Amino acid sequence: MLKKTLGALALTSALVATQSFAEGHQIDLSGKTVEWIIPFSETGGSAKWANFYAPLLSEALPGNPTVVVTFNPGAGSTKGANAFQEMSYEDGTTIFGSSGSTQFPYLLNDPRVRYEYGDWNVVLASGTGGVAYLPTDLHAQLGDGGDASGIAGEDFIYGSQGATRLDLVPLLAWEMLGLQVEPVFGIEGRGDGRLMFERGEANIDYQTSSSFLSGVTPLVEAGTAAPWFSFGALDAEGNIVRDPTFPDMPTFKEICEATPACATEGEQWDAWKAFFIAGFPAQKMVFLPAGAPDNAIATFTEAFAAIQERPDFAEISKKRLGVYPQLTGAAAQTALESATDVPQAAKDFVINWLSDRYGVVLQ
Amino acid sequence: MELFATAMPALNDAFAMILQPHVIGFLILGVVMGLCIGVFPGLGGIAGLSLLLPFMFGMEPVTGLALMIGMVAVVPTSDTFASVLMGIPGSSASQATVLDGFPMAKKGLAARALSAAFASSLFGGLVGAAFLTVFILAARPIVLLFQTPELLMITIFGLSMVGILAGRIALKGLVAACLGILVGTIGEGASSGALRMSTYDMPYLVDGLKLVIVGLGIFAIPEIVALLRRDKAISDRAPLGGGWLTGVKDWWANKWLSVRCSLIGVVVGVIPGLGGSVVDWIAYGHTVQTAKDKSKFGSGDVRGVIGPESSNNAKEGGGLVPTLLFGIPGSGSMAIFISAVALLGTGSIEVGPSMLKNNLDFTYAIVWLLALANVVGTIICIAASGGIAKLTEIRFALLAPFLFMIIAFAAFQSRQEIWDLVALFGIGLLGIMMRRFDWSRPAFLIGFVLSAPAERYTNQAYQIAASRFRRGFEEGIDYIFSPIVIVLIIITLLSVVIGLRQAKNIQAEGDVAAGSKRAPLIFLLAVSGYIAFTYWNAAIIPDFARMDRVFPVFVATLGLIGCALLLVQMIRANETNAIFADRESVSEDENVHGLWATLAWFAGLLILSALVGFILALAVFLLLFIRIRAGKGWGFAALYTAAGIAFICAMAWTLNRDFPPGLLQSVVELPWPLT
Repeated sequence: MLKKTLGALALTSALVATQSFAEGHQIDLSGKTVEWIIPFSETGGSAKWANFYAPLLSEALPGNPTVVVTFNPGAGSTKGANAFQEMSYEDGTTIFGSSGSTQFPYLLNDPRVRYEYGDWNVVLASGTGGVAYLPTDLHAQLGDGGDASGIAGEDFIYGSQGATRLDLVPLLAWEMLGLQVEPVFGIEGRGDGRLMFERGEANIDYQTSSSFLSGVTPLVEAGTAAPWFSFGALDAEGNIVRDPTFPDMPTFKEICEATPACATEGEQWDAWKAFFIAGFPAQKMVFLPAGAPDNAIATFTEAFAAIQERPDFAEISKKRLGVYPQLTGAAAQTALESATDVPQAAKDFVINWLSDRYGVVLQ
Repeated sequence: MELFATAMPALNDAFAMILQPHVIGFLILGVVMGLCIGVFPGLGGIAGLSLLLPFMFGMEPVTGLALMIGMVAVVPTSDTFASVLMGIPGSSASQATVLDGFPMAKKGLAARALSAAFASSLFGGLVGAAFLTVFILAARPIVLLFQTPELLMITIFGLSMVGILAGRIALKGLVAACLGILVGTIGEGASSGALRMSTYDMPYLVDGLKLVIVGLGIFAIPEIVALLRRDKAISDRAPLGGGWLTGVKDWWANKWLSVRCSLIGVVVGVIPGLGGSVVDWIAYGHTVQTAKDKSKFGSGDVRGVIGPESSNNAKEGGGLVPTLLFGIPGSGSMAIFISAVALLGTGSIEVGPSMLKNNLDFTYAIVWLLALANVVGTIICIAASGGIAKLTEIRFALLAPFLFMIIAFAAFQSRQEIWDLVALFGIGLLGIMMRRFDWSRPAFLIGFVLSAPAERYTNQAYQIAASRFRRGFEEGIDYIFSPIVIVLIIITLLSVVIGLRQAKNIQAEGDVAAGSKRAPLIFLLAVSGYIAFTYWNAAIIPDFARMDRVFPVFVATLGLIGCALLLVQMIRANETNAIFADRESVSEDENVHGLWATLAWFAGLLILSALVGFILALAVFLLLFIRIRAGKGWGFAALYTAAGIAFICAMAWTLNRDFPPGLLQSVVELPWPLT
């Protein structure tokens, strides 16, 4: 079986390789090992994402190099990113996978950040979405269109990984809806947060799309949880629209419109939207180090594009990544810019909010 | 009955899946790979699984599962070799095995200890699988009963094992445990991110110390240094007859103990959030508490091996429950396992809440593949144990440099920085001092391991309980004092009372004579100084991050009270009192080499690594050590060095790892492995 699979792999990769060479000006990576650095531990969502892409990338790159995922965790991914900043382009055998947790400290002027997104070369931007959900009995108290006024008096507990992480987006969203949410910190992964919800200790939670599909859908079917809203997705004009993975679910914007306490304009909304864009539609990105020549960038860009043209890509990626854009080329560049170029006003708002609400001081 | 009706056909399907020749073949392949990796301390399942990951894509599910489970299942079996033979805890699963296993090896009973351990492991694995087959169907609601207060109580129950392992002076054990907890709080607080005993200028400390480094430092380094100073073989007498068969008989004689400890293993392993790090201590505590004659524990009682080893393989089975049913990995290797399963076949197996409903046959296949891997692994291990046990008869000076190479490499895997080696050396020094002055090292390690969960669950339980109390007094009380919590409190109190009464009989590290007053006093003052500094360091954490302040301040206060009481006792007692235990005062005649001279060798390795990188430093170290310290000829030394370097390079290459670079590497570019 293994032999057969390997044979099939070799065949497809040979096809892809000839295809790419025909387009010329590519770097050849045959016999080399591409190291894909993930600044998190082996256990996180970024590891899953990289492990999904690594074998496909190996097939799609010219010369079929071995692609290994290596982990350099520490200091909420800033350690690995700082180390990548120190590297310069050699022969295209080092790539880096960043995540929303790498973007946020960068945006919030975390003192540990010594990296600069502008120096790197993006070759893939993977989006995702998020879904907030409630226990069924609380969900029943929502008003028309998901109006949050009915549950404004509830004491909410939420298992959080930290207010400066991606959790910033749901925490700010709930505050805008007028909910009293007390985050319980020290959760090690969103899975632990879901477990806390299942045990009845937390009574509000959110999961990223793929975790929602695998972890919360069974709870919804069992009648213990009910989805409330998705954060939404971005259309080509930068508007928040319904998430393609959850087309029947209202977006946060719709819920906010239905809730009198919440406003879809003003600095709070702008800040939320800016950080949502930084954290979700281009959550995970692949970079070549500073100084990478155009042909190397083109090689990786084409490889990632070729992966998405596989006939089975839609099927194998649906469960692992959800139905989200996997952007390459100019689209990835645009996604990178919108994710890292957050208006100063939004940054200031969030920095103030973090310090007022959670006492987090970022020197 | 309905349960039975769903379980039986699935179980049937599972066995039909497993019992195919090629599946068994891949299982054996996985087992062999797992054994090869498991014998090296500190690498464990994560390294092995990462190695397999690239091959999993599109592989036939059962085959891939067989390969992976074969590898994961035997790591807690094969790391017993390092625990028993060298006194090195290979992973958190084999910490407690060191306590009685290693003294047995020193007495020439290595083969017996190993085979008793393997027989127990095998049995534990099978009991775990049998229990899970039934339990897994009903597990979900039961697991959900364990809320944060329950998790906190289990953690405290684990900490109460310190009572049994505290040694002759209970206060010393208590302070050692406090010290362990405080070392565990180093770094960024889990709650508000406040820094404790670290600064952003030293990024290494911000993430805290890893168990690999602390375990190796506190147990392995002191033992290696002590053995090296005696300059003999590990076993101080010729091996006694009987060998492996005696060990199996020992296990059979204690089969009920083995059953009980297996059940402890599987039940504690089922509870998500603790990662099984307490299991072997609880099993060891249980073994001691239920034994009639306790006088030999700590100096080579075979029951002290059977208990923890029965529990640690059973725990792997139990650990599958949170992994498979909730999609929440109980350990690092389980996390990789989850992502690897998603790569298998068409990705149709989804680990998580839907597993039981959609893939019950696969669930059973996983449970029984685990059991089968245990059988295969144990047979291989027992067959090999007689031969491998001969390592204890080799002159230690020839073994030590090799061990140091392995330990340094393993420690470096923690963060892949030169600071890993510095931390290893520092903790090693602490371990040496604790061993010298008879401070309980197991107590320190229990404290360290349970520090993070104890703090996390305390803070979370407090926060959630506060919210419940706001809703109503009764709701709050119901939350905190659930029936499970009350039962756990009673068990813990009993265990502490029984433990403290018996602690005097259990000399976990053998008898130590008392010497002069000065050296033990200086060590106590140094420990007090560190705890006081931690207290101050935590106390200055500002109010907005108070959740990160409370726990270290509380533990440091406890530690300081202990230190003060010890100080009073020391001033009052006379020199022969056990409180002044000091190995250096009597063992002079046994030691050929001085402590500091021996340590200097390893300090040299460390400094040289920082200058020219690990491999170059290692070459110089091995060559000079074998030539000068072991007194062999240059030819032999050169050969030894070449073999050692070749071995470590082969291992690093297979596992795709690098070595610590030094200053030299920042100036000149060198090819691998010199980088």
